[in-house]
Amino acid sequence: MSDLLRDDAGTAVLLGSSCGGCGRPSFPRSDVCCWCGRPDPDPVELSTTGTLWGWAVVHSAPPGYAGPVPYGMGVVELPEGLRVVSRIDVADEAALTQGRPVRLVVVELPTGDPEDPVLRTWEAAPC
Amino acid sequence: MLIAGVGLHPFGRFAGRTATDLGVVAVRAALAEAGITRRDQFQATFCGTAYGGVASGHKVLGALGLTGGPIVDVEAGCASGAAALALGVAAIDSGQADTVLVFGIEKMPKGMIRSSFFEPWREQAGLSATPAYFALRAQRLMRERGVTEDDLAAVVVKNRRNGVGNPDAMFRAEVTAEDVLGSRPVCGPLRLFMLCSPNEGAAAVVLRKGTGGVQLRTAVLRSHLPGNVLGEATPLAGLVDDGDIPSPTTLAADAAYEAAGIGPSDLDLVECQDTDAARELLAYEELRLCPPGDNAALLRDGTVGPGGPLPVNPSGGLLSKGEPLGASALGQVVELVRQLRGDAGARQVPGARIGLAHTVGRGANASVTIVSG
Ligand SMILES: [Zn+2]
Repeated sequence: MSDLLRDDAGTAVLLGSSCGGCGRPSFPRSDVCCWCGRPDPDPVELSTTGTLWGWAVVHSAPPGYAGPVPYGMGVVELPEGLRVVSRIDVADEAALTQGRPVRLVVVELPTGDPEDPVLRTWEAAPC
Repeated sequence: MLIAGVGLHPFGRFAGRTATDLGVVAVRAALAEAGITRRDQFQATFCGTAYGGVASGHKVLGALGLTGGPIVDVEAGCASGAAALALGVAAIDSGQADTVLVFGIEKMPKGMIRSSFFEPWREQAGLSATPAYFALRAQRLMRERGVTEDDLAAVVVKNRRNGVGNPDAMFRAEVTAEDVLGSRPVCGPLRLFMLCSPNEGAAAVVLRKGTGGVQLRTAVLRSHLPGNVLGEATPLAGLVDDGDIPSPTTLAADAAYEAAGIGPSDLDLVECQDTDAARELLAYEELRLCPPGDNAALLRDGTVGPGGPLPVNPSGGLLSKGEPLGASALGQVVELVRQLRGDAGARQVPGARIGLAHTVGRGANASVTIVSG
């Protein structure tokens, strides 16, 4: 899989595509538009801010996860018209509201794998 | 197409019994009902399983001394058994076979399901937490369809009450709404009692070309269309304008109604995928049992309850039975056949003539099966 993000001084810039055929954005980046099948969509950098669309708190570690619990997980809506699944840096359901502005930040997580001990991924932080 | 025999191994936890052991029980029962004692009396076998591993179906038929014909294992997530059924139907429809054995087996690990569907980085990022996806879907149903936490609890109360009458279910004790709403929060708004348990079990069906008896009208399998971020396909991203994209369940239901030449109003009972309480409420509209927005009304007015005009999950559903992935869909078909034969005991739906079974899960895959008798 291609790189998912670019780390811009702690801001997570998600790397996506924009289709010259159907005009839709997609994430992650790929060689073919996943909505219409047209090849060679344009590589784009997605917005680093959006709004919270849905959220949940995960209380026990799912299989293969070595990071802290509880943690937030949900969906962020980006202005391009894309809903992206994302960690959320708030693990309190009552503290969040739908439509709340968020920004995407880089987060490092332990993987539990001694050969590749750190995962660099993204999460949403309320602005 | 005749359903010539059905068999079931109860769903639950069976330490010391292998998936093969469970399969042998279900297959022997189905073959006995169909009067099959020799390998030349059926021409193909399809075995649904998601976690069974290499040659799962062969091991069951091997234990019974019935190998020799083609045996194919089929994986389609929660719809694995239904996918096996669809292939069995196709083998008969094509003229390749007169009689086909279809069965499903599973022995699931306890707890949150680990799925090879998720790449390692998604597990490491915490984005493979299945209950969180269920919760996000439940939240959307509450926002956009007026479903309440009390409605979610009511689904559990209904199905667990139904499960009391099912000797093959894992949970056979009634629960109250207070029990459900007092159980441990898993991912808001879902609580422990609102989620089904992955478990173990087996189910088998013998299909035979012919009329009479309980008829398999159609077995349809469909996958998702791109676009929805909260569907069982669980992509990393979806489109904002996803409201008009038909779900795989709706695709399967529409095709099944057309193939069977019936509509939702002709149904006498439904067995649907109640992986979590909200999933059942969503299935009501996806299966066109009600217009979107009337989901909770169907439950509140007793339509889908015991004694109602369209009982849903009279078996107790997955919330009572648990979910052995490969066996789950065929377990529903076994239940429908028993209902249509009038053999369902305490949970009998009086006068049931047409039943629908529905599964949906990872892939995404969705199945709709219609039987009549
Ligand atoms: Zn496109």
